[in-house]
Amino acid sequence: MTDATTDPRPTPLRAAHEALGATLVPFAGWLMPLRYTSDLAEHTAVRTAAGLFDLSHMGEIGVRGPGAAGFLDLALVGNLSALRVTGARYTMICAADGGVIDDLIVYRLAEDDYMVVANAANHDVVLAELAARATGLEVTITDDSPATALVAVQGPRALEIVEALPGLVVDPELGVTPATLKYYAFLPVTVDGTPGLLARTGYTGEDGFEFFVPGPVSSALWAALLATGEPFGLVPAGLAARDSLRLEAGMPLYGHELDRTTTPYDAGLGRVVKLDKIGADGAPIPFVGREPLAARAQQPGTRTLVGLEGLGRRAARDGYAVLADGAPVGAVTSGMPSPTLGHPIAMAYVPPELSEPGTQLAVDVRGRAEPVRVVALPFYRRAR
Amino acid sequence: MTSTPPADLKYTAEHEWLRAGDPATVGITHVAADALGDVVYLELPAEGASVVAGAVVGEIESTKSVSELYSPVTGTVVAVNQAAVDDPAIVNADPYGDGWLFTVQVEATGALLDADAYAALA
Repeated sequence: MTDATTDPRPTPLRAAHEALGATLVPFAGWLMPLRYTSDLAEHTAVRTAAGLFDLSHMGEIGVRGPGAAGFLDLALVGNLSALRVTGARYTMICAADGGVIDDLIVYRLAEDDYMVVANAANHDVVLAELAARATGLEVTITDDSPATALVAVQGPRALEIVEALPGLVVDPELGVTPATLKYYAFLPVTVDGTPGLLARTGYTGEDGFEFFVPGPVSSALWAALLATGEPFGLVPAGLAARDSLRLEAGMPLYGHELDRTTTPYDAGLGRVVKLDKIGADGAPIPFVGREPLAARAQQPGTRTLVGLEGLGRRAARDGYAVLADGAPVGAVTSGMPSPTLGHPIAMAYVPPELSEPGTQLAVDVRGRAEPVRVVALPFYRRAR
Repeated sequence: MTSTPPADLKYTAEHEWLRAGDPATVGITHVAADALGDVVYLELPAEGASVVAGAVVGEIESTKSVSELYSPVTGTVVAVNQAAVDDPAIVNADPYGDGWLFTVQVEATGALLDADAYAALA
């Protein structure tokens, strides 16, 4: 756990952010760039050209050993033994009661070697949970986060920028290039001779790439991406833009749409729960949280995550009450004026009977009821 | 962007500024504008509305957050800055100039800070 009395940790790119004039703020125990110049300009650059993000606060956890695949099938809700090498998968770690401990992206580096990427705020608890769940299994859990930097290039020009990046070498024997790399897959690469991973993953609703590299080489990579990307319209982008981009893309943020009191089904993400994954003995794998999640899968639940489109100008914000006929029926989890769409958007939990797109509701925005309409998620989908 | 509060203005602890005059002019400081990020929506009092020193008279909304606008004085609103309502980016670009919010015929002034006291607070 992060001690509130300790200073937030800088990423290896702190000096680069300061040189760019970033506003640095504490976030999940880290000192992170909130914005460089303008939230809106950074958001728009990612939608129209490209943005460069320092995501080195994310937690990389190594899961290695002959039992790694079987262990992850027991520890997480997904079917990670079925994940191909060079593939990535969005999944979750749940508590015994089915509540979400964190949402994760798992990368299979080799047959017996996985990288689990956790949210910065949950890094310590995920690491501890994985270690506890690994007891007695042939698997080693390592905290690779302190040694790993994560730099993302996101936006419609991201591929061109990655292709133009000097010093990036992809082994031709692999038969895959950045251009042919599939969404939710990755490539081993070298950057100026240093091994790293290039993944086609992101959190913005745009095409994009993420570089996992050793911390010491991240400054040179950051500088090279800024210089290479500049003619394509790339700008550095901070956490403010990251949040507005992910919300438009309808992506959940832990601590908002997901928490320990929420199941994946509540959040509309029941598809990540693989109740039918089968072990070597032919029986369903008794992963942590399976029983309550199997029960929840059979029931409608008491609340469901929806998108809300504001019909006025004032935006709903996290924690505001959702109203039906003037009475509170739910709560907003994230909300803002959408930079791309030009009207307020929000995600909220409401009773299932009020979750149909088109349902007219209201949100109590600081004492005044503002009309909203339930809409399908995501709010924004890029043209392909 | 201005990094110090202009010496000829008075300030509230809630980051509004007041330029004396007939009528007086009200805006938000660069500290407030920077903390909010890009302002995307302004809700301002109507022309002719009565405002009370220290009371909420509007809202300033950015993508990231929203803050309430407090009137530094008691009086009657003379004009609102329609250009800023139409293009709130003006507030970030020039908070003490073109990004003014409203003018007011002052009847009474609240407890206001001079620039040094505000700078010490901000």
